[in-house]
Amino acid sequence: MSAKNSLARLSFLIFGFAFLYVPILSLVFYSFNKSRLVTVWGGFSTEWYGRLFENQQILEAAWLSLRVAAINATGATVLGTLAGLALARFGRFRGRTLLSGMTTAPLVMPEVITGLSLLLLFVTTEQAFGWPEGRGVSTITIAHITLTLSYVTIIVQSRLASLDVSLEEAAMDLGARPTRVFLLVTLPIISPALVSGWLLAFTISLDDLVIASFVSGPGSSTLPMVIFSKVRLGVSPDINALATIMVSLVTLGVVIAGFVMLRRDRARQRDLQMALDAPG
Amino acid sequence: MKPAGRPEEMPRATAEQAAGERFGRALRTTLGALARRPPIRWLRTQLARRGLNGRTAVIAVPYLWLLLFFLVPFAIVLKISFSEAQIAMPPYQPLLQWAGERLADIRLNVNPGNLLYLVEDSLYLRAFANSLQVAAISTLAALMIGYPLAYAIARAEPRWRGILLMMVILPFWTSFLLRVYAWIGILKNNGLLNNLLLWLGVIDQPIVMLQTDFATYLGIVYCYLPFMVMPLYAILEKMDLTLLEAAEDLGCRPLRAFASITLPLSMPGVIAGCMLVFIPAVGEYVIPALLGPADSLMIGKVLWTEFFNNRDWPVASAVAIALLLLLVVPIMYFQRVQERENEGQT
Amino acid sequence: MASSAADSASVRQAWNDPTAEPYIRIEGVTKSFGDFVAVDDVSLNIFKSELFCLLGGSGCGKTTLLRMLAGFEEPSSGRIFIDGLDMCGIPPYQRPVNMMFQSYALFPHMSVEQNVGFGLKMEHRSRSEIAGRVGQMLELVRLEGFGKRKPHQLSGGQRQRVALARALIKQPKLLLLDEPLAALDKKLREHTQFELVNLQEQLGISFVVVTHDQEEAMTLSSRIGVMDHGRIVQVGTPKEIYEFPGNRFVAEFIGSVNLFEGQAAAEQDEDGHLCFACPELERPVHVARGAGPAPQGRIWVAIRPEKMQLSLAPPPAAANWTQGRVKEIAYLGDLSVFLVALQSGKTIRVTRPNVMRHDDQGITWEQQVYLHWHDSSPVLVSE
Repeated sequence: MSAKNSLARLSFLIFGFAFLYVPILSLVFYSFNKSRLVTVWGGFSTEWYGRLFENQQILEAAWLSLRVAAINATGATVLGTLAGLALARFGRFRGRTLLSGMTTAPLVMPEVITGLSLLLLFVTTEQAFGWPEGRGVSTITIAHITLTLSYVTIIVQSRLASLDVSLEEAAMDLGARPTRVFLLVTLPIISPALVSGWLLAFTISLDDLVIASFVSGPGSSTLPMVIFSKVRLGVSPDINALATIMVSLVTLGVVIAGFVMLRRDRARQRDLQMALDAPG
Repeated sequence: MKPAGRPEEMPRATAEQAAGERFGRALRTTLGALARRPPIRWLRTQLARRGLNGRTAVIAVPYLWLLLFFLVPFAIVLKISFSEAQIAMPPYQPLLQWAGERLADIRLNVNPGNLLYLVEDSLYLRAFANSLQVAAISTLAALMIGYPLAYAIARAEPRWRGILLMMVILPFWTSFLLRVYAWIGILKNNGLLNNLLLWLGVIDQPIVMLQTDFATYLGIVYCYLPFMVMPLYAILEKMDLTLLEAAEDLGCRPLRAFASITLPLSMPGVIAGCMLVFIPAVGEYVIPALLGPADSLMIGKVLWTEFFNNRDWPVASAVAIALLLLLVVPIMYFQRVQERENEGQT
Repeated sequence: MASSAADSASVRQAWNDPTAEPYIRIEGVTKSFGDFVAVDDVSLNIFKSELFCLLGGSGCGKTTLLRMLAGFEEPSSGRIFIDGLDMCGIPPYQRPVNMMFQSYALFPHMSVEQNVGFGLKMEHRSRSEIAGRVGQMLELVRLEGFGKRKPHQLSGGQRQRVALARALIKQPKLLLLDEPLAALDKKLREHTQFELVNLQEQLGISFVVVTHDQEEAMTLSSRIGVMDHGRIVQVGTPKEIYEFPGNRFVAEFIGSVNLFEGQAAAEQDEDGHLCFACPELERPVHVARGAGPAPQGRIWVAIRPEKMQLSLAPPPAAANWTQGRVKEIAYLGDLSVFLVALQSGKTIRVTRPNVMRHDDQGITWEQQVYLHWHDSSPVLVSE
């Protein structure tokens, strides 16, 4: 009975992960294909990687995307932390429901709506106030911050919700004003959540096609926009090479993060043992 | 020391002198305070006196940002959906126009035609119906695959759980666009899947899979699976397993116990997961554009075409408003659930 | 049970001395959250160097009262004075009060030294001064050599002592302790109770302790305030609270008690005792004068289980006895508990210390037994 159950669970896992990973692995596999016809194996080659690094358009778009993603992630982390702090710690204030709504709605809002509405805002303000002059990096960044600050807010809010309030009260009780409480106690403790929020915002920005397409101007194509225009015309092997590089970077990052966490876990276990062995 | 007299008895000179002394003392204290306090602290007290403290600022900054860049844009979309298209930049007429010099010359260019147009032209209605259908089928399929996966992870040995969960999230960190792109290579007529089936002898002609509705479903399920698995895992992992033991102890068979205990208790996760897949899927653009049929009627695609190809901003806005109206109920519902979740933790 | 704080005579008398100036004055404080009244019109005086316990069940308002002293909650009405200063509107970080939290609330990212020194750092003290004072405090709580550790590297008892050192380093006028011993296991808790009392005597700081554990309250405090439904129902020394409970709630909440309902219309016998007719007892109860307030209306006669004697032979005294059948016997080691069913159907509880290894009387189940008690044992309580 239990064996049947665990067999079923094992098959769920195998099927689920095969579904998730076979497409990605196929991308990686064919990136080393000599043949231009992506799906026909023509021998091992790293030719497409060379081609990729000669492609000025892709390199420029990648550089632009990385810059936007970094600025966006930083801005979204700051704003999202403030919003998360307000929602988790300030009790009931006027307009709380609206703030809470505005931070969860972008999570599920179809991207076409967000993109269109922000573009129309930028067009309107440009007409009315002359800002922004044309569209480009700044408008893409603003749009991405608006989208990703929701993710950061939710991460920060749920981290704060699980954080013992008496830690902050203790700091206040010992004479720390609210600003110092935040800087000396709250911020250091929630910093891992902020790091994951930053990374999430970075990734989402790097990944976004639809919103960027709406709010970008001529000459400011992000990496997903360039990939999309190439992919629409059919499969091309240098995109496989690009995908392989991105997948490897992410995997590397995750493996390193996992390793760090494992080590911290082990250290914790050791400390716990030390505490138990300690007298009284 | 002088005996203290009542104020009206005090000679004028003394009163003036006292006032002068008071002023001098006030000046000295003020200057002293200014000298002792760094400007930041001074600024803080000044702001606090006007009701602006750190707390207000913490709320106000993200609040204003979201008002300006999230809420106001919707008002603009609503406005533009009522205006008339024209060939210009921007390609729509303003709602209010001064035709002459006098106030009476205001022309109101309200054009409800765009919204009516959506109802009249069956293309839009079919697009909405089709989007809902595609999203619903994909959500159901994602649940079918995601639930067993989440269940298996939640019941795996604790030391494996973290790694397995990481493996579910990992694809999410890699490019969404490239993950959709991967399926083109698999589903093409001379793609991986057809080659495999031909080699196995299951088929002797390649099946057309790319640019079909099937490919769209597959793409949506594939891309949104982590969103389905995460909330399901969260709730299944938290579940008290002694409940199942109690049920079995009372004579309930495992499958029955799953149906009458595990499934009902995991409903909040099912709802959250389905919302996270369904709502964005309705407005999805990239997946139908790359995997779906060329003439596929997905509302996100229609909006994109109206905007970028036909340059009809008012109609695109009207489509956006209609899509928003369609999704407002599920979005509100999702928010309520999310809110309760956050509240429950505090 | 030792009431150790009672040793210092000056503290002991402070609340009986009408000229003594209270150190903490709580005047008519009410705190409501929406419709719920957590603390209801509480007035209380606490004296310098006193160890005062707020005792009550969960939700009785004791923690809310403590949080108002610390400044985390503002009273809805009423005022709080500490050392003559009105605390209204003064935020926690400006109050001369420190608190030890139930969860200890040690900052997980700081070492023991940094935790203990945090309060001084907030006062912008010099680094050398902080280091010196931290060293003294760690010595006081016997944690020398643990300064570099992080909180998660400490055992429960050590964490508790770090929390105590951190709360004491600013030499507060008042130390608040929220369930200070709840997270410790039983053996360690008993040991720590006495340590806490010693420390309080050594430092002379006023302590206000919130606890739900009556044994803890009795051990620690100079006085106890019993709370129920947001109100203080009785304030007194542990002995007063136990021996002379002010009402039925206190009598039942502290220890166990047998209550017999009776009518206040009492007559006096020839020795000046009050006699009550209780329907549940066959004979009227004789109560010595002066035990409790003058009876009015519906009253209860309360007799503690250990103040009743159990015997197989009829008691010699003419008054204050009854008989019943032994229903249950529980052997607890130091004492045995007997549940005896009276003829009226009422079950009463009697305890007997196991002075001898073998029960000489050999009382066993279903035996007919006699119960008697001294006329000074019963207490009259009202609703």
